[in-house]
Amino acid sequence: MNHKDADSAATLLTGHFGLDSRQLETTLAGALARRADFADLYFEIREVTHIGLEEGLVKRANASVSKGVGVRVLAGEKTGFAYSDEVSLDSLQLAAKSARTIADGTGEERRVRVGNRPDAPKHDLYPIPQSGITRPLPDRIALLEKIDRVARSFDSRITNVMANVAIEEKQVVVANSEGDLVADTQPLVRVNVTCIAEEKGVRETGSAGGGGRFSFGVFLDDEERALNFARDAARQAIVNLGACAAPAGEMTVVLGPGWPGVLLHEAVGHGLEGDFNRKKTSAFAGRMGDQVASELCTVVDDGTLAGRRGSLNMDDEGTPTGRTTLIEKGRLKGYLQDRLNARLMGVAPTGNGRRESFMHAPLPRMTNTFMLAGEDDPADILRSVDSGIYAVSFGGGQVDITNGKFVFSAREAYRIEGGKVGAPLKGATIIGNGPDALTRISRVGSDLALDEGIGVCGKDGQSVPVGVGLPTIRVDGLTIGGTGS
Amino acid sequence: MNAERGNPSELAARCVEKALGRGASAADAVVIEHDSHSATVRLREVESVELCRERRIGLRCFHGQASAIASTADLQEDSLDGFVNDIIGMARVLNPDPKAGLPRADELETAPPALVLADADKFEPDADSAIALARRCEEAALDADPRIHNSDGATFSESSNNIGYASSVGFQGEYHSTAYGLSVAPLAETDTGMQRDYWWDSSRRRRDLATPEEIGRVAAERTLRRLGARKIPTTRAPVIFEAPVAGSLAGHLASAICGGALYRGMSFLRERLGETIASPLLTITDDGRLTDGPASRPFDAEGLATRRSTIVAEGRLENFLLDTYAARKLDMVATGSASRSLSDAPGASPTNFHVAPGATSPAEMLAGMSRGLLVTGLSGMGVNPNTGDYSRGASGLWIEDGAIAFAVEEITIAGNLLDMYLAIDAVGDDLRPRSGIASPSLRIAEMTIAGS
Repeated sequence: MNHKDADSAATLLTGHFGLDSRQLETTLAGALARRADFADLYFEIREVTHIGLEEGLVKRANASVSKGVGVRVLAGEKTGFAYSDEVSLDSLQLAAKSARTIADGTGEERRVRVGNRPDAPKHDLYPIPQSGITRPLPDRIALLEKIDRVARSFDSRITNVMANVAIEEKQVVVANSEGDLVADTQPLVRVNVTCIAEEKGVRETGSAGGGGRFSFGVFLDDEERALNFARDAARQAIVNLGACAAPAGEMTVVLGPGWPGVLLHEAVGHGLEGDFNRKKTSAFAGRMGDQVASELCTVVDDGTLAGRRGSLNMDDEGTPTGRTTLIEKGRLKGYLQDRLNARLMGVAPTGNGRRESFMHAPLPRMTNTFMLAGEDDPADILRSVDSGIYAVSFGGGQVDITNGKFVFSAREAYRIEGGKVGAPLKGATIIGNGPDALTRISRVGSDLALDEGIGVCGKDGQSVPVGVGLPTIRVDGLTIGGTGS
Repeated sequence: MNAERGNPSELAARCVEKALGRGASAADAVVIEHDSHSATVRLREVESVELCRERRIGLRCFHGQASAIASTADLQEDSLDGFVNDIIGMARVLNPDPKAGLPRADELETAPPALVLADADKFEPDADSAIALARRCEEAALDADPRIHNSDGATFSESSNNIGYASSVGFQGEYHSTAYGLSVAPLAETDTGMQRDYWWDSSRRRRDLATPEEIGRVAAERTLRRLGARKIPTTRAPVIFEAPVAGSLAGHLASAICGGALYRGMSFLRERLGETIASPLLTITDDGRLTDGPASRPFDAEGLATRRSTIVAEGRLENFLLDTYAARKLDMVATGSASRSLSDAPGASPTNFHVAPGATSPAEMLAGMSRGLLVTGLSGMGVNPNTGDYSRGASGLWIEDGAIAFAVEEITIAGNLLDMYLAIDAVGDDLRPRSGIASPSLRIAEMTIAGS
């Protein structure tokens, strides 16, 4: 059951916190007691459980239970925010009083009514089955033990396997001074596998994993999905054992489909978040309509894909998520907005206001960010490269949104010589310039894939789950930070 | 806000008792009470004010050699009973691990020292004074130069932590700490483009913070010197890591000598104890009781005494940092280095992990370089813990004939950490022990720089 409408939100509040909607209205009216534009309350109940295996033993189990409320008041460009992990009328009112200190003077007396707006979120992207999200511990332990066996049997050089399953269930209720009272139940599950391979004193690791917003039963019903992560992590560790130094300098780079979409996340995604553009601190500020990528590139952010890690029925401000075209045929088309920045820029929120938890104020954030498929055969793209590198898996990335320089680290990459994929290369950082890198894309494959569901995005100290996606693309010139030639 | 706020270690002890009463064979608990307050001023106006308060407990229960751990902020008596039952229930079905367990009673710190970790003044956050400090700091940056045209704001933050720990082997202790921080990130623009940098200070006591004017001035200087940055051709050259980024080189070394990486074999230093792993100019200590140290504490997350350990002595790797579990796995002795987040098992981590300052001033270091790179910013991960292979995005200043020639960006620097530590040929006298992991400026004889 998903709690979507005001009635179920009210039920959730009463059940968990003993609060009724009249008390929320009193709190919101109190939050607006000075000259403020907007106030909201974000209630969260989150349970996370991790079970971990290493050295063949399932010996780690960690759980956390958190409950709390964040109270926010907006006045002009100012944000007042307070949170409490104790939820009662007293603590709410105290938080509201702290949050409103940013507003000046005395406002007019405001009456707030919540739960009377019909436009509650309409998505149902992750229906919760009758049986719930979690599954018995012994079943999860058995899956981890299978992962261990499959990874070890992949190759005798695999010396250790670390695997982890995580199950998160989050219930949120958002109430605001515009009358919204909405709720959502958000499942999030994940399986991760890391393998260590050793040969002649050299050790390397490989990792793989995935998940999304669905019941953990999905992994138990289709074990191959998790076991393929085990095989992939083992394969990558073995490949890396034989890797030679990556080259240093600018060269042609072919990125494989799926997770290498982290390029988009770093090169353009962050730079197109509303806050950086309102404040004109982004290298993309004021460039709407400009050609910032080759005509082959259309990039979207889509929070409405069923079951995806980056998807949400509503963002953390209660706005239904949407699909925003960021770049259309190379031209800058849209920014990602939360309420505050949308209002200040005079545009509509795009459903991208997200927060790590009740302890953090919302920021414009990505959901699932990907490039639409092109027309080229991926094999042709590889054949078109005389000398370059082919990167298929990445670790994390980072961007300086002001000068546009971004990095991302290859975790599995190969040399391309004469159109053929050759020797594996050691991990290396790839660096480029956001407003320029996508203009160098000369081929876009027909094989768009989204990642398996492992992304975590950090901004201002807040981590949120995200997705990325990419078809095979050819970029004519990124700097590879290896040590070889 | 909580109805009863007893001592955190008493609450921890009460939960340990509860766990034993409900069938755990051993247990330990951490309680954190955290209060924080911050104010951000951007373009001379208040941008945000935040006030936060939380109190959580993390409880680990053993069922023989199996253990499970969980955290909660719901401290109602009946909720705690269910919470304890759930943890013990998890532990019962996990695999036993022969090396798991709490430290022995004779390993515990019996008389924790009264380290001064908190401001003597009462912790009373005040929005007006926080805003005033942030405003002065940003103003100093904005007014420093006409090319400073924008800002990501200045933030003043203050926090108070009460930490209590209790375990069923007979430990109960607590400590109080405070921290204050002030930072600013100005932007500058010319027709060559836009740049941003930042500067900050932090301290245990409010009065020890650098002045807002000083922080603002340094932030402006750091931003301005990035203007006009360009890419350079791929080359090999000497590289100076300026002190604020040199700490990351110490950090990579710290990660490689901590328990978890060692027993998993995921460390390029795993078999190097007692060997020369760095230049004789490099000495590093980890001191959990350093006066005013940002990471100081009287005991670790398992109740062991914190201490001062020499990690690297003139290039020789002297000691690892080990928690109880890793120590048992490696057949070694725990070093009082355990730390833990509330819902994770303890693991070793560095405390005040500082590279000892050398004799060379940063100016001398620069003057001695005929051609090379001064790195002032790093980005991305790019470190392979198994092999020490290193490749990161960098920005900084190109040096010609001992003087700054121009700013550089969109380059990478690469090498292998072991080779890099061995190739350190100058250590600065500019250690700023304001963060847990810190280093003075370090010069490395040669690295690969990838550019155009």
